Amino acid sequence: MNKPFAITLDPGSSLANKTGSWRTERPVYTDLMPPCNHACPAGENIQRWLYQGEDGSYEQAWRQIMADNPLPAVMGRVCYRPCETACNRGQLDSAVGINSVERFLGDEAIKRGWIVPVTAPDSGKHVLVVGAGPSGLSAAYHLRLLGHRVTLRDLAPLAGGMMRYGIPAYRLPRAVLDAEIDRILAMGVTFVQSKVTNLSQTMAEDGFDAAFLAVGAQQGRRAYIPAGDSAKILDALTLLHATADGEPARLGRRVAVYGGGNTAMDAARTARRLGATDAVVVYRRTRDRMPAHDIEVEEAADEGVRMMWLSTIAQADQGKLVIERMRLDEQGFPQPTGEFAELAADTVILALGQETELSLLDGVPGVTVSDGVVEVGPDLMTGCPGIFAGGDMVPAERTVTVGIGHGKKAARGIDAWLRSGGNGAARAGAAAQATSAMTAEPRLADFDRLNTWYYSDAPATVRPQLDAARRISSFDEVTGGLDESTALFEARRCLSCGNCFECDNCYGVCPDNAVIKLGAGQRYEIDLEYCKGCGICAAECPCGAIDMVPECI
Amino acid sequence: MPVQPVKFYQVGSFAVGNRLLADDQRAVQSEHDRTNSLTCGHRACQGCGEALGARYALDAAMRATGRQLVAVNATGCLEVFSTPYPETSWQIPWIHSLFGNAPAVATGIAAALRAKGRTNVRVVGQGGDGGTVDIGFACLSGMFERNDDVLFICYDNEAYMNTGVQRSGATPPAARTATTPALGPEPGNAFGQGKNVPLIAMAHEIPYVATATVAGLRDLEYKVTRAMEFRGARYLHILVPCPLGWGAAPGDTIRIARLAEQTGLFPVFEAEAGEVVGVSKIRRKAPVEEYLKLQTRYAHLFKSPDGAATIRRLQRAADRNIARFGLLDAGNGAREGS
Repeated sequence: MNKPFAITLDPGSSLANKTGSWRTERPVYTDLMPPCNHACPAGENIQRWLYQGEDGSYEQAWRQIMADNPLPAVMGRVCYRPCETACNRGQLDSAVGINSVERFLGDEAIKRGWIVPVTAPDSGKHVLVVGAGPSGLSAAYHLRLLGHRVTLRDLAPLAGGMMRYGIPAYRLPRAVLDAEIDRILAMGVTFVQSKVTNLSQTMAEDGFDAAFLAVGAQQGRRAYIPAGDSAKILDALTLLHATADGEPARLGRRVAVYGGGNTAMDAARTARRLGATDAVVVYRRTRDRMPAHDIEVEEAADEGVRMMWLSTIAQADQGKLVIERMRLDEQGFPQPTGEFAELAADTVILALGQETELSLLDGVPGVTVSDGVVEVGPDLMTGCPGIFAGGDMVPAERTVTVGIGHGKKAARGIDAWLRSGGNGAARAGAAAQATSAMTAEPRLADFDRLNTWYYSDAPATVRPQLDAARRISSFDEVTGGLDESTALFEARRCLSCGNCFECDNCYGVCPDNAVIKLGAGQRYEIDLEYCKGCGICAAECPCGAIDMVPECI
Repeated sequence: MPVQPVKFYQVGSFAVGNRLLADDQRAVQSEHDRTNSLTCGHRACQGCGEALGARYALDAAMRATGRQLVAVNATGCLEVFSTPYPETSWQIPWIHSLFGNAPAVATGIAAALRAKGRTNVRVVGQGGDGGTVDIGFACLSGMFERNDDVLFICYDNEAYMNTGVQRSGATPPAARTATTPALGPEPGNAFGQGKNVPLIAMAHEIPYVATATVAGLRDLEYKVTRAMEFRGARYLHILVPCPLGWGAAPGDTIRIARLAEQTGLFPVFEAEAGEVVGVSKIRRKAPVEEYLKLQTRYAHLFKSPDGAATIRRLQRAADRNIARFGLLDAGNGAREGS
């Protein structure tokens, strides 16, 4: 007995008592699908790049965006932000300004000259991309990253498609567009200005192994309007294209825009900038049924664009229009009322939707066109093997972001098809695999899973807007960007829904010390020898990244 | 009270750690090498608030004293579940004597250390509400009035849980316990009884008195650290929900403690020399129902027709705390929920 004074018993440690045997449920770390990622048509891992941006690792964050989307500075300006609509923080105070952080990162990359190197070995395959809009550029970029040679053809002298010839400069400055397009072209994409009139012939003559078509929807839809000889009617796309070319049309002082989509808003706002004192949008239904996005409508209204709801143009003459009032029937369709009014207008601009021009597909076997768009499979391949299509020419929502997503998806589809040697069965297998990967997608991280107590209260940083008076007189960019401190602030508003961000809460709140902290970037592990399964870690996880799973007893 | 600096850090200092904060701004509990004063294998129930509160407080005290600490424990759950012979969960010098004498034993140890010139070693006395509010109260009051150099911590789970949930002097009104059943005209514990020991401690005008909950880790660690900056008698009263005795889900322990604070039922404040010098403001005000409905000890309030009147009475008590301690800032409490 070699014990201190008055000590007679050896103490043992309670570590001998493995309390893990009490457990009926065990905590399991999980990674869920954040709503922003889920909503992104370009498939960006938004939560991930915000996480990287939060500690100032901007280049890393930018590279994460570039894994899916080669045009962050453009998207940070023109995307309609389905991510922000889905953002869980919207239910707490206001959605994270994802789009403005993306823009900050995109601008930062241009400023610093960051590029994405092509590291994949040359595949020896050559892919034709027709149409240098967002979809075509995105496909070209992803195909280059996968090691394929790419030739990009477009009718226009410069790449960009609708981003250059449709979206006005006040929303997307050309210097930004040029910088991002040049970065893609510098990866070894051959850009050729030429019209592809016969696809089969071009493919055979130039020895292409596959093709991606993204010719967009370039033709304005027409509507019959009884018009006097001197009535001036033109198409919104023609106006926007001419303005982009620096040859704006003469519109007069009073301009009516017919239609209710984003293009109508662009046309009305452009008309204001070209000197129209009165720009009126004439739309046959009501505001809530308008296809234009809210931000566009609000910004147009701020610039003095007037809206005429429930109205159609019945007749156009010099200097005036006859407007018929409409009413919505029970199904929500507009019906004529027989009431007429006059509206003074020097010019009518039609913005009634766009159609695709598909003559290049003449004689291509197997391709099906319905409702004016090309039918494609889940990997965006048309009925003709090796010919893929995406963007506005296939059935989908027509936005830049969707186009970029299509480009990525098609590039992967083309890659899989080329690597399977054009083998139909292998392709079917790959498609099935892609589908099963989609069904195995992690569960959505709902707002209900979050413990929002832990997040600091912080309102969204609002991007500065050029004052309305100044912006209607110029094509300067309307929405300003965030500076570094506000971008950082905005990134840090991210709740990291469903994905551990190492806040140490689980490690701290366990009454049994049964959470092991593995160190920065390594997250945590549950010590199942001692975990009693109380569930405090799961309840107090801010971002809902812990599930309680019943034990098999 | 600790205040978050202007910069915005996603979870600020609400979460235990935060990778965006410098190491010295993170909680003791986020440290890799925290003492784990009360280690794994103890026999507390699932989700025990007391086990959690004891580790929070003692780990913070260990850091504040440079690991020169002795803990004296009263009889109670904490003592029983941590030291069934031959096991101990304590990784710090720890002693247990009797139910009622922990403050006196702590006084003795502090005196002995002073006599030996080892005043760098600090003494913490601790116990549950039974050992503090009732059985050890005379010794505690004596320790206070002599201003002995001890920090006494009460882990308040509002009844004698160890022996089967009997009422104590800290049991709140209307709560059902084994000795205050939910029967008769006034079911549960009576209104107008019991005592508020933090206020009694303040009446002794000792250097430092504070309250805390296991839901406010940063606040709790701050108060332990602050207490160690004083010499003389100090008192810390920590609310620790008891899943078993309160009839709550083990995973709700922290949520319930948070609601106790956000409803105003448990005011969180600190006082120096008998004067309140700081209060934790309510951040998301909640009605008392939200707190009560998570606990079966209050289930009778939601079943009987008289329950609504009792709930209103409890709400008035919460509102009184809010007014008395100034727990609400203008503009706060607009958002409901936990």
